Amino acid sequence: MEKNTSARHVRLKAKTGLFDINLKELWRYRDLIALFTKRNFILIYKQTILGPAWILLQPMFTTLIYTLVFGGIAGISTDGVPQILFYMAGTALWTYFSQTLTKTSTTFTANARVFGKVYFPRLVMPISTVLSGIINFGVQFLLFACFWAYYIIKGVIAPNYLGILLLPVILVYLGLLGMGLGIIISSLTTKYRDLSMLVTFGVQLWMYITPVVYPVSTITSPLLRTLILLNPVTCAVETFRWIFLGEGVISLAHWGISAAVMALALTLGVIVFSRVEKTFMDTV
Amino acid sequence: MNEQIAIQITGLKKQYRLGQIGGGTLKADLQSLWAKIRKKEDPNVKIGQEARLSGQTFMALNGIDLTIRKGEAIGIIGGNGAGKSTMLKILSRITAPTAGTVDICGRIASMLEVGTGFNGEMTGRENVYLNGAILGMTKAEIDAKMEDIIEFSEIRDFIDTPAKRYSSGMYVKLAFSVAAHLDAEIMIMDEILAVGDVAFQKKCLDKMREAATVEGRTVLYVSHNMNTIRRLCDRCVVLDQGKIIFDGDVEKAIDIYSGTGTSLKKEVVFDRERSAKQLDGKLRFTSGTFLDTDVPVYHTGDAIRLALRFTAEEALDSAAIRVVVQTESGTPVGLAATEKGIPVRAGENELPLTLRFDTLAPGTYSARLIAQSIDEFGRGPMHDLVESAITFRIVHRDGENNGQGWYPHVWGYAQYPTVEIGKDV
Repeated sequence: MEKNTSARHVRLKAKTGLFDINLKELWRYRDLIALFTKRNFILIYKQTILGPAWILLQPMFTTLIYTLVFGGIAGISTDGVPQILFYMAGTALWTYFSQTLTKTSTTFTANARVFGKVYFPRLVMPISTVLSGIINFGVQFLLFACFWAYYIIKGVIAPNYLGILLLPVILVYLGLLGMGLGIIISSLTTKYRDLSMLVTFGVQLWMYITPVVYPVSTITSPLLRTLILLNPVTCAVETFRWIFLGEGVISLAHWGISAAVMALALTLGVIVFSRVEKTFMDTV
Repeated sequence: MNEQIAIQITGLKKQYRLGQIGGGTLKADLQSLWAKIRKKEDPNVKIGQEARLSGQTFMALNGIDLTIRKGEAIGIIGGNGAGKSTMLKILSRITAPTAGTVDICGRIASMLEVGTGFNGEMTGRENVYLNGAILGMTKAEIDAKMEDIIEFSEIRDFIDTPAKRYSSGMYVKLAFSVAAHLDAEIMIMDEILAVGDVAFQKKCLDKMREAATVEGRTVLYVSHNMNTIRRLCDRCVVLDQGKIIFDGDVEKAIDIYSGTGTSLKKEVVFDRERSAKQLDGKLRFTSGTFLDTDVPVYHTGDAIRLALRFTAEEALDSAAIRVVVQTESGTPVGLAATEKGIPVRAGENELPLTLRFDTLAPGTYSARLIAQSIDEFGRGPMHDLVESAITFRIVHRDGENNGQGWYPHVWGYAQYPTVEIGKDV
């Protein structure tokens, strides 16, 4: 869809350019993004007794199980960081990333009914998914902050306070990475439903090559270590731990590679997505 | 683009593929692709299925040209599968055209459904915000109109109740109220007035009518309900098999639409087996074409002009043609005949006929065509007889018969001239 010189004039035709992405239009729909974000957040906890407390309870349980299984039974090192803090940091970030990925990967199939009845820039949906992910993360972070403050007072950890300024960068980076991959998958699933099966499974596997339940420093095999460092989620998790817990493997080179992967996934994703969005109603 | 034009559609086409799209799964598509590369047989083509069939396509829209001026209320009618919804989907940017262009000048609000994005868990108010934003309003615009929307919806008491507790009527009323308060220059609606109670329907129609006439907005309305089309639209387009077959006066469009599906065709070929016996076959009707009109729908009193073609074995000097008008159920209504001695050459002939059924009442009629040579005693051999050769429809002019319509089972098939009142006969 091509915008003419007049702001109100739209021309619809069959073939459109590769980079036919209308950011100005997306901006006009910012209120819709906000409303969808709010809806996503409200809907999860409507008609539950505990309400938003579930945002806290879920990571709490996960952290406790990890502490028990990986920390207690398997006895995996946490670099001297209190286990609860270590696992909580890992799961909060991982949940944010994996939820963004799995939810955006169903953008077309899950919203086919709405998309089939009314036009709005389709990117509104994945973007609001990322934003509601950030809100969820924020709530979990508050819980994390309580434990964190407790251990700082106890003097167990030595955070790099200045690094906290980098937190938004980490969140935006992870969100865009998850969304980029998610919308590629979502564009492909309009024709091939196979991929949606793979996503759930793939995300589970992905967690194990991400230092969620172990620190990178414990990996001694060079091959495994390279693999884990090349995983674009690793640098985000390790940087987060370095900032808040004072322990973590950070290398600028890996950040560079990861950022390039993210940029590639996002660009490709947006291009494929905006091509598919025009005719996906005919194939979905 | 001209300032007065709201929507300009040129050569619009939309193609759909028939049957399964792709192999259905990624694996099957990759297999097919791999087979194609190696020039082997496609493993996913079913045995006995021809390759060209798998690529069959269907044109939902087949070359639409339409110009809609600002402030017009235009109705779009047509049978199922005529392409109405496809056209609205393209105009609302839900799917892209296969060929052709559409220029749209102004903000579009499309309501192919009421309450898109409504969520039962959210309150009425929350849903108004979300639905309004989906339809393209900003939050500030919704804030400004919130009071009007609630007032129009008639459900003020329930506005902060989750929508899942609403009755279906309340749901629809609220949803329509949002749609009715959109600030768009162009409004596209698909049958959405077919909901709600009668009083609310009337209120909605009036609101839409007002939008078109007073506020100068452009309205595109699709419906199977001819009464709403009559009340809302001042121009009407009839679609049939992906093409526009009529564009213009609403009443005429509705008559044509009611006739698509039957045999109201401009051109008729008489290639059927003749059922009548004792035809000598010296003259044989081949085809007929209605002149002056694309669809044989006429106002009462209009002359029907027909180009009639036939072949003759030899020149005939005393042939005549009879046209027996019949009702749809086959009851004869009347007869019109030519004088004997119409010009008939050996071979192909074409004869322009003017038929005047001035007193024929509104309705759909067919005509039996008979060709006969007549001697001085008024008898002679019959050459050809075609049952229901042509079909046409007669409709009233505006306000004729005091706007009462026509009931043939009560009033018959002849409408005589208006009774004159006065003494000087």
